[in-house]
Amino acid sequence: MSSDISNSGNTPQDNVPKGQLPPESKPKFWNDPRKRSLLFQILLLCGIGMVFYTIINNTLTNLDQRGITTGFDFISEKAGFGISMSLVEFTAESTYGWVFVIGLLNTILVAVLGIIGATILGFILGVARLSDNWLISKFSAVYIETFRNIPLLLQIFFWYFAVLRALPQPRQSIEFLGTFLNNRGFITPAPVAGEGFGLVVIALIVGILASWLTVRWAHKRQDESGKQFPILWTCVGLVVGLPLLAFFAAGMPISLDHPELKGFNFRGGLTIIPELIALWLALTIYTAAFIGETVRAGILAVSHGQTEAASALGLSKGRVLRFIVIPQAMRVIIPPLTSQYLNLTKNSSLATAIGYPDLVNVFAGTTLNQTGQAIEVIAMTMALYLTLSLLTSLFMNWYNAKMQLSER
Amino acid sequence: MKYETQPTLPAPASTIGLVGWARKHLFSGPVNSIATLLIGYLLITLLTPSIQWLFIDSDWVGSSRDACTSGGACWVFISNRLDQFFYGFYPEAEYWRLNLAFVLLLASIIWLIMPQTPKKGLMAIFLLLVYPVIAFFLLYGNSFGLEQVETHLWGGLSLTLVLAGVGIVASLPLGILLALGRQSEMPIVRSVCVIFIEIWRGVPLITVLFMASVMLPLFFPEGMSFDKLLRALIGITLFQSAYMAEVIRGGLQAISKGQYEAADALGLGYWQKMILIIMPQALKLMIPGIVNTFIALFKDTSLVLIIGLFDILAIGQAANQDPDWIGYSNESYIFVALMFWIFCFSMSRYSMHLEKKLHTGHSNR
Amino acid sequence: MKKTLITASALMVAVSGSVMAGTLDTVKERGAVQCGVTSGVPGFSVPDDKGNWKGIDVDMCRALAAAVLGDNTKVKYVPLTAKERFTALVSGEVDVLSRVTTWTQTRDTQLGINFAGVNYYDGQGFLVKKELGLKSVKELDGATVCVQSGTTTELNLSDYFRTHGLSFTPVVFDTNDQAASSFDSGRCDAFTTDLSQAAGLRTRMKDPSSVGALPEVISKEPLGPVVRQGDDQWFNIVKWTHNAMLNAEELGLTSANVDAKKAESKDPNVKRLLGLDGPKGKGLGLADDWAYQIVKQVGNYGESYERNLGSGSPLGLERGLNALWNQGGLQYGPPMR
Repeated sequence: MSSDISNSGNTPQDNVPKGQLPPESKPKFWNDPRKRSLLFQILLLCGIGMVFYTIINNTLTNLDQRGITTGFDFISEKAGFGISMSLVEFTAESTYGWVFVIGLLNTILVAVLGIIGATILGFILGVARLSDNWLISKFSAVYIETFRNIPLLLQIFFWYFAVLRALPQPRQSIEFLGTFLNNRGFITPAPVAGEGFGLVVIALIVGILASWLTVRWAHKRQDESGKQFPILWTCVGLVVGLPLLAFFAAGMPISLDHPELKGFNFRGGLTIIPELIALWLALTIYTAAFIGETVRAGILAVSHGQTEAASALGLSKGRVLRFIVIPQAMRVIIPPLTSQYLNLTKNSSLATAIGYPDLVNVFAGTTLNQTGQAIEVIAMTMALYLTLSLLTSLFMNWYNAKMQLSER
Repeated sequence: MKYETQPTLPAPASTIGLVGWARKHLFSGPVNSIATLLIGYLLITLLTPSIQWLFIDSDWVGSSRDACTSGGACWVFISNRLDQFFYGFYPEAEYWRLNLAFVLLLASIIWLIMPQTPKKGLMAIFLLLVYPVIAFFLLYGNSFGLEQVETHLWGGLSLTLVLAGVGIVASLPLGILLALGRQSEMPIVRSVCVIFIEIWRGVPLITVLFMASVMLPLFFPEGMSFDKLLRALIGITLFQSAYMAEVIRGGLQAISKGQYEAADALGLGYWQKMILIIMPQALKLMIPGIVNTFIALFKDTSLVLIIGLFDILAIGQAANQDPDWIGYSNESYIFVALMFWIFCFSMSRYSMHLEKKLHTGHSNR
Repeated sequence: MKKTLITASALMVAVSGSVMAGTLDTVKERGAVQCGVTSGVPGFSVPDDKGNWKGIDVDMCRALAAAVLGDNTKVKYVPLTAKERFTALVSGEVDVLSRVTTWTQTRDTQLGINFAGVNYYDGQGFLVKKELGLKSVKELDGATVCVQSGTTTELNLSDYFRTHGLSFTPVVFDTNDQAASSFDSGRCDAFTTDLSQAAGLRTRMKDPSSVGALPEVISKEPLGPVVRQGDDQWFNIVKWTHNAMLNAEELGLTSANVDAKKAESKDPNVKRLLGLDGPKGKGLGLADDWAYQIVKQVGNYGESYERNLGSGSPLGLERGLNALWNQGGLQYGPPMR
């Protein structure tokens, strides 16, 4: 079909008698696709350059005319305000640069916690959605359809303003096994590392290294001799058992710092602020609905023949799942899963609406207000999120490449 | 000997009817049975009080919080503010303008999705090109004898629809250009488009909105200022166009290579090829994707409350602060959630339905 | 039809004059003063249930409109968040920011803005629940404190607690409304903000009588109207609009008696203020009766205060520092001559 057309396309040239050149052999330059595209691209570059030039010029003129301070000097200036939660030391003496770091760490904290929660809940939902049990699969379907169709911000507000606000005052805390729940957050005893705790950490590192070596050795042996080695149990023993042994050998060097009600609030212990709880709950519940759909699609993408063939080979149901279905489903699941992780990280910026001190709240919010340097602050914030997502894309590309290699 | 066909016996009682269904779907094994009982118990303990609170014990009529006496949900709170939830602070005498705009929108959408109606192409052009202009004049006024309504009075569900609608319509052409650019063979065009798309996809919408509200004014020459709503719309459109471009790229890639080659072979130029051959086919395939991004955008419009615009969620938040009605925030959250859910769920159903329809179309080919 | 086309092409893009035209010309051309206000602080700027703006900051805007355009209703109110306010002003989205903004050195010198006076002398205080029986801020060691982010309040809080060796946990919110309602629902032990705003926000709480203010005032918060740098004429107009209101109170001119005084008063000060004598409006580029219009249509400073913050309002605040200089306060209008 297509060859017919291309033949007929040649006919005009074939009609030109031999020995006689066509009247004009060289097309006009605007008819030459290569030159035309070159011209077009140069024009495009000029246009973009113009736009940028105008914007930058306008901005500089505006800033200059109105006497607005510019530059990144503010980063080393003292911030002078307090932050309700920080993973590392923060005092009012700290600089705006340090505020950026605190905000970033808080963003990462809630993103990591959210990713863990959403993955676990999402996988359960995805599998439950395919369950033979009518009640379970309908329950999962209703959950997914409800939560993914309600804006995340609304869910955050719901958890924060409607649920956590309704908790009792510190004096009437709900007490459970030494932990306390009230409208100031969730307060648990904090473990404090005593002398000799370094030994446990070293044991853990040794355990991880040793199990990595074991896995390599076991794989090699299996490839060569076909003999299997109980990898799982050995690794569990190494990673959990070794530190435990060290822990007891060092004389249990961990003490618990119990929270106590003193004055207004609990002193000591570890306080998880309600802003973090609300944000984490909302992010987990919302993203899990999307992950659930992803997981379901991934499992459905594994062709039925694969499962049947595996059963025919006599593999048990568990092994079919482990060796046949999951590895193939993961290949389909992981790319959309990563983009869900990325979405979750970006969505964590909604923290600013309830005052969780994430990057957008303390940096693009408070710092911007205090310094008034909107351009620098917003640019830094955007650049950081951009870096995070580029890193994720890089990981994705690497992962895809690796997956393709393992195909035979 | 006489062979006689015996009447077919009914299936055993345990495999048919409600019992059979329950045995098959709920109690097919010990693990399943336990799970069923557990979830059933959980549902009953959760649902009974919820239904009690939502419907049975709730108050529906009245004009102040004194009407809420029965201990359940106080829907009086919502019904008293229903106008605000739908129209924001739009002057009451001008509600008909919002209503008319909405009815027009609904009518043209129904026209488009009904399978029997003719002239769908014309209708789509009307919806994408003519309707926004009509809606603008209806809502903003200041001409045709209509009173001007400042944009800071816009709010509620109507503002949510304006934000999402403008966002999607304005980002469509930009998205098409970006998607074509990303597939272009010209290296500079391609990289410019890739950079543009990746930048907007890499940052959270909230920072884009911050940028639009605090930085945009500095980008323009002195004396030129934008309406706050317009700034938010610019931010949303730029952000959305990057997502739109990716959806459109997906659609373009789904068109078989033969189509491109055939168009080339016919001697069509690039734009002729795209407009006459590729786009009409690809756009059809893209509709589910576009609807899905629309759903995401629709939910994301709630973020404008952070920059001080009063969408339906912000109206709900403001209502919760009213000292006369303190303590009924659950009702307003549930109502706003229901509004969003109705829109998003129906759209997602429609997109799934389309996907199925398009899918069968493909496999028959 | 022409109007339609202009609207369509401009599409809500307001092009407010060129670089050469000053703010005054722009305002006259537009026929309205664009005034940046809060999204709702009782007593200062708050829309009532019919959408009319009320408050002492709003009166400032109305007085400007009366002085410049001769009609106090020709104001377009633009509610701004704390984050947006300075950008909105310097980019020309509003002509004047009358939005409980504290005058500080950094803001005055680094943000491209000028403070045109102080229309309310405020100070930062603390609200606590009465049931705790607290007597002083010093007893707040270890407390959780709700505060609005990005304000001078936030910095003062941290300074004060640090210098007094007290520990505290801040919980910050984007708006004062949110901070107040969070305090109300028990998220914090104390709520800190400017005392005048605290009085307003207190009226919105579940049980206002259960909430009280601690005696300490930990900061100076001079609040006033703000204009862009680089337009001295407009800066003068805003400055003298406020001064005219102060002088009117000092001279006993009110919206009720100003017509009578204009006809009969022999007092040269009154005559100068009402534009019958003296500098009139020339230096400002305004009509001669600009100050008369302010007093007639909006009233003097005292009237505005009583109506919005004082005995005529639900807040019932004393004049205190905001009384005139000759009555023990700080409000001092330079002579108009």
